[in-house]
Amino acid sequence: MLYSYLTDVSAIFGSVILLAFVLAALLAPWITPQNPYDLEAVSLEHFLTPPIWMEGGTAPFIFGTDDQGRCIYSTIIYGCRTSLIVGFGVVLIAGSFGVLMGLLSGYYGGKLDAITMRIADTFYSFSTTLLAFLFLGIFGKGSILIVIIAICIADWVKYSRTMRGSVLEIKNAAYIMAAKASGSGDVRLLLRHLLPNAMAPIFVIIAVDLAVIIMLEATLSFLGVGVPLTEPSLGMMVAIGKNYIYAGMWWMIVFPGTALIMLVVGINLFADWLREELNPKIERKA
Amino acid sequence: MGTYIAKRLIQGLLVVLAASMICFVIFQYMGDPVLNMVGQYATFEEIEEVRESLGLNQPVYVQYGKFLWNALQGNFGKSYVTRVPALGLILERFPATFELVTLAVIMAFCIGVGLGVIVALKPYAMRNRFIMALSLGGISMPTFLIGILLIMLFSVYLGILPAFGRGETVQLGFWRTGLLSLNGISHLILPATSLAMYQLAVLLRLTRAGMREVMTEDYIKTAWSKGLAPKVVIFKHALRNVLIPVVTITGLQFGELIAFSIVTETIFQWPGMGNLLLTSIYETDQPVIVTYIMLAALIIIMANIVVDILYAVINPKIRYE
Repeated sequence: MLYSYLTDVSAIFGSVILLAFVLAALLAPWITPQNPYDLEAVSLEHFLTPPIWMEGGTAPFIFGTDDQGRCIYSTIIYGCRTSLIVGFGVVLIAGSFGVLMGLLSGYYGGKLDAITMRIADTFYSFSTTLLAFLFLGIFGKGSILIVIIAICIADWVKYSRTMRGSVLEIKNAAYIMAAKASGSGDVRLLLRHLLPNAMAPIFVIIAVDLAVIIMLEATLSFLGVGVPLTEPSLGMMVAIGKNYIYAGMWWMIVFPGTALIMLVVGINLFADWLREELNPKIERKA
Repeated sequence: MGTYIAKRLIQGLLVVLAASMICFVIFQYMGDPVLNMVGQYATFEEIEEVRESLGLNQPVYVQYGKFLWNALQGNFGKSYVTRVPALGLILERFPATFELVTLAVIMAFCIGVGLGVIVALKPYAMRNRFIMALSLGGISMPTFLIGILLIMLFSVYLGILPAFGRGETVQLGFWRTGLLSLNGISHLILPATSLAMYQLAVLLRLTRAGMREVMTEDYIKTAWSKGLAPKVVIFKHALRNVLIPVVTITGLQFGELIAFSIVTETIFQWPGMGNLLLTSIYETDQPVIVTYIMLAALIIIMANIVVDILYAVINPKIRYE
């Protein structure tokens, strides 16, 4: 597996991009000229400045500024912070809950399974996007935490459906039977034997989901139901830029848009490699 | 088969009922629409009068029972903002959304599956690698960004396609269509493309993955060795088997599609249901939001049931479970 990773250019490329974004988000205060959401650092004097190489551009605003005089470059870095917090937050919360529910309903079956899967199917067909949008639209914007919760409400079902399928597949394998016969309790059986062996497909879901959630957060913030106005977000930057689209002020859309695409492409490249790697049915390059 | 369909219909009905109940409970905690309507200089008596005229002073279960009874007769109450029936308000905008979504689905399905087959046959050819790279871009770009970039390119810089509204429309009975004039069609191109793009890329990748798996199966090798024409092997033997999950997923994506139509309609100021929903959310116009949710639930569940039944028809294993 390590060998296939090291020989796959796009997998390495993808993870380098993701790593770079994570580092940039962690180091945000030290690598940006201003904190765009610190009212003392921002001045309206420099509003709508074009990028530095164009006429009218001034240092230190390399990618220009928006209508509040916020540095585009700094806002992007801080916005990526929000994207990654929401992305990893949802994967962690929805992922753990979904895996647990999938594990239990796959192993025990019966009523628990029927109810969980009925809920999961319904949520799945309404889609995470629609449910999160309606939830936030109705309960209004509060904080990043509410965005994470709203997405989690529907997102866990992806994990539980996958986990359940995976558990059903290995539930009757000889080594599970052996563990049962040698007197393992339910908890030990679930956590020590079933969980690790059923996890492989979950890793693919995590990678794909991370990309989907980062796009979802941007979409929600773009529509004005996502993170509050006092938090930086790539989606909101594009929404602000949209008002100046006919004024030819492209930098307010193109730079945050590119950052968002690069981040998601990076994650998806890695996810692609992971999916093919964990699928024994596909013939790899001979 | 009959019992299977009946079972699915009853399940669907229960989900719609649950959705209506959740909607109703949520709105009890959503702030007071009366205060928004009467303005800040209303006296206490005036506020109570409005509350009573809207029936908002009754206990919750009475309100819910009334709501359900009226809903069954197609009466979802009047919009708090425009004071006309909410259902009429939404249905009036239904054709715009329907035309947009249908065109997007057709585009996504035909181009997505077609390219998926082409790419799967020679996965390592230069041209196909390029298509795959583009499809990676397709699944990595949220719909709103695709829409905005399309507007920037085709409306602002090239100035060849309109970026908002439906353009000229023709009234045919209750249906207002934009498909009968060149102007209307030109208004449809950009929104439909941006709505289709993500689904297109997803379907392309799904078809490709499915085809690559199927092409290694024994029955395909048998078909080749029988000396069948490539066309027959690819479309009749391979694609047919790949299409089952692809069609299922297309059906299950209905909720996603409705969600993304809200985004697309907002960007292109398309006078459809999604645009109305967003405005209603900003204005806290409860009856319109509830009607929209109920209608969306009904559409999604109906789509699901149709897919389930189709699936049971294709695959007898499901029917007997």
